[in-house]
Amino acid sequence: MTTLDLSKPLVIPGDNYLTHTRGIMSWALTLDHKRIGVMYMVMVLTSFLFGGLAALAVRTELLTPGKTMFEQDAYNQMFTLHGAIMVFLVIIPSVPAALGNFVLPIMLGAKDVAFPRLNLMSFYLWVVGAIFFVGSLFAGGLDTGWTFYTPYSTDTASAMGGVIPALTGVFILGFSSIFTGLNFIVTIHRLRPPGMTWFKMPLFLWALYATAVIQVMATPVLGITVALVAFERAFGIGIFDPKLGGDPVLYQHFFWFYSHPAVYIMILPGMGIISELISVHSHKHIFGYRFIAFSSIAIAGFGFLVWGHHLFTSGQSALINVVFSAITFSVSIPSAIKVFNWLATMYKGSISLNTPMLYAISFMFIFSIGGLTGLHLGTLATDIHLHDTYFVVAHFHYVMMGSALIAMIGGLHHWWPKMTGKMYNENLGRIGCTLVFIGFNVTFFTQFMLGSKGGTRRSWDYLPEFQTYHVISTIGSYILAMGFFLTAGYLIHSMFKGKKAPANPWGGRSLEWQCSSPPPHDNFSVAPRVGDCYDFRYVEWSEAEQGYVVRRDLDPDTNPALAQQKGGHH
Amino acid sequence: MSTLPAHDSHDAHGHDHDHPWYLAHHWENPKQQFEAGKLGMWLFLATEVLLFGGLFCAYSVWRGNHPELFKYGSQFLETKWGAINTCVLILSSLTMAWGVTCAQKGQRTGLIVCLILTLMGAAGFMVIKYIEYSHKFHEGYFPGLKFYDTPPEHSSYWGTHDAHGSSDGHSLGAGTETSHAVGTAPAVEATHAAAAPTEPVAATAPAADPTMPVVELPQFAQAKIGPAGLSSNAELVEKPFELTERHHAALLPPLKDPNRPLNAHKFFDIYFMMTGLHGIHVLVGMIVITWLLIGAIKGKFSADYFTPVDLGGLYWHIVDLIWIFLFPLFYLI
Repeated sequence: MTTLDLSKPLVIPGDNYLTHTRGIMSWALTLDHKRIGVMYMVMVLTSFLFGGLAALAVRTELLTPGKTMFEQDAYNQMFTLHGAIMVFLVIIPSVPAALGNFVLPIMLGAKDVAFPRLNLMSFYLWVVGAIFFVGSLFAGGLDTGWTFYTPYSTDTASAMGGVIPALTGVFILGFSSIFTGLNFIVTIHRLRPPGMTWFKMPLFLWALYATAVIQVMATPVLGITVALVAFERAFGIGIFDPKLGGDPVLYQHFFWFYSHPAVYIMILPGMGIISELISVHSHKHIFGYRFIAFSSIAIAGFGFLVWGHHLFTSGQSALINVVFSAITFSVSIPSAIKVFNWLATMYKGSISLNTPMLYAISFMFIFSIGGLTGLHLGTLATDIHLHDTYFVVAHFHYVMMGSALIAMIGGLHHWWPKMTGKMYNENLGRIGCTLVFIGFNVTFFTQFMLGSKGGTRRSWDYLPEFQTYHVISTIGSYILAMGFFLTAGYLIHSMFKGKKAPANPWGGRSLEWQCSSPPPHDNFSVAPRVGDCYDFRYVEWSEAEQGYVVRRDLDPDTNPALAQQKGGHH
Repeated sequence: MSTLPAHDSHDAHGHDHDHPWYLAHHWENPKQQFEAGKLGMWLFLATEVLLFGGLFCAYSVWRGNHPELFKYGSQFLETKWGAINTCVLILSSLTMAWGVTCAQKGQRTGLIVCLILTLMGAAGFMVIKYIEYSHKFHEGYFPGLKFYDTPPEHSSYWGTHDAHGSSDGHSLGAGTETSHAVGTAPAVEATHAAAAPTEPVAATAPAADPTMPVVELPQFAQAKIGPAGLSSNAELVEKPFELTERHHAALLPPLKDPNRPLNAHKFFDIYFMMTGLHGIHVLVGMIVITWLLIGAIKGKFSADYFTPVDLGGLYWHIVDLIWIFLFPLFYLI
């Protein structure tokens, strides 16, 4: 292992990954994890725009009962597109593939992920999968909902013609996700720097590790499931079609065996981001490090055992329902552990209400509501009433959108100076976050009320008495959209006109803040020795840098000479 | 992946260049790179197991719901060909393992010979699979509803069945109807019950083959009230059921074989899907082995660097292992 030489700089000054090589091909064929992460981010945010526009179309259609803008078929397509794009193209790759790719190797002090070529291949698989998704629109559209439930999706007479291209897209996207997960597991196992034991890893890495395990273990099952549906539809193999002796509920088991763990693929990395954000912006050591780390692993483990709670009304045996309900409740334990530890971290911290921190606090508020309403749905008796209502829609938007995506946006703001080397306008950032927070809650809290009164989800038409709720919800979605457009505006503006970012604008301690902004091509010239990444005692503000600096020379963990000296005194 | 030198221009960075050609720039030493590659491969194999796991699970559910289809369908598979293929694959695994040992010891000629033998084994497997598949297609045993497109007049199997006539017959046809109706969850009972009136099967089935195995069907009663509180809806059950075109064929009376159970095509679906996916893996394995062979001939591998051979070997063993499960599940039981 490389020994530490404090005279040698950690980072070669002057070099930067954005300008290291030039030309479009240097990006298209790059093996640099940072560039691949940035390319993912661009693609994911573009998909987010389309998914978001589809959501606005759905909300606008629901302003009045009956037809407002579209006929039923177009409405069905809109909500399917919204769901499928947001799940498969946006949320699943957003944190691991986009932010994770950028941050993970730098946090490890590594030069790259374990398999850079595989990483680039994952990206192109994602692109090909996305093309198939777009292709499904031209193949007759897609109106099955993002879950592709059988027998509707296999019924060639009723469901639209885009099912097979969309399923092919999901299959390919799945492999993109598997390879990213595989890469991260190996990277974390084999490329940790000297001094970084498992329990000295930043919690974001624990979260990415737990996520990667789910990606590797669950996604292949989705792959084979969508392949079976495609064959069913194309050849009539009869596995899910009751008319051919098949079992449509088998599809639901297969689908949710992946897609429930996939919920944790979406939320776990978001939780990892929040652990970083809360600690760094409170300038205080994370509370209950081991509990947060193990709760990520526990959530990943439980995630595999709860898929049956999606089938409470599909005719499972009563016993199985009870078992799945009980295991579902136990997921709330590790989730609550995280929230309490974040709160304890903030307690008596020196909190900077920067944009990332505002997103982190929004996350905690929204995730708590999202998690607690999950208990209503996990309870068998109430689920019968709430099943297939807007209550479910509101619940999973609180968790998927209000938590996972808000964490992603928070993380984007947190690492934006690192990725682009530019600072965004902090005040606009705070206004944007406030708009998103208000818009989100107006949109979806209303839907809890609508759902508990019996408003059914996915309906194009509804009873006139529900109109008030729908109108409020739609107005909320417009506020939300304004927040996101404002955010997109100032972020893009900052790339061209933003102030130059210091290496460490927030006072972070983990390795990416000890690397220049933007980082050089090879990240670090030597694999740096690390200390406790949540110990902020050696982080100081520097007027010269206009940012924080990590005093590696003062910390016995990173300065062996100091440790020896200290040992001598005892 | 990580095994070839990255072509990015790292040279500007002045870190030392005394490392071997096969060491990618982000690794400390060859051992670290080798262990990472091996861990990555094992993880990939885990995903392969899960990919096939979905199909094995489907097989179990299907077999549990419709044992008669498997009793009926498996008699058309040639155990002889399956057994030969099993031997061929096991032998090719042996030569692969031998090849890995040769690579580790730096024995270039031994490695080349072993890889050629392994490649021949893989090719042999595919040739036999081709013979089996083309025979099945010739007889009209296609996956999916195409199964019903070809009247199997020319089939040798049907001929032998015609020779035996018997009157005690349509037990299997009638039994199938039962299992069909009780097959699955109450949520779909409406469609099940509606699909059940398949008297043509029983009525037109003239005779059964006494050489055919007697199939015991699950006899369990249908739940009156679903577990989640969904009562069976009488209106739905009694509602006449309209078949779409694609379902007619499957419900047609057996063409010539009175013993053919309802939805007999489903056995061939799962057979072709599982062996087909396995066959694709064998083809990928052949590409990998060819690539290794080219590397071995060029002299790329040595006692210091044999990672690709080791990883390719691991992949080849999992392909073999999956077949070890497929063979008894389809040909023997």
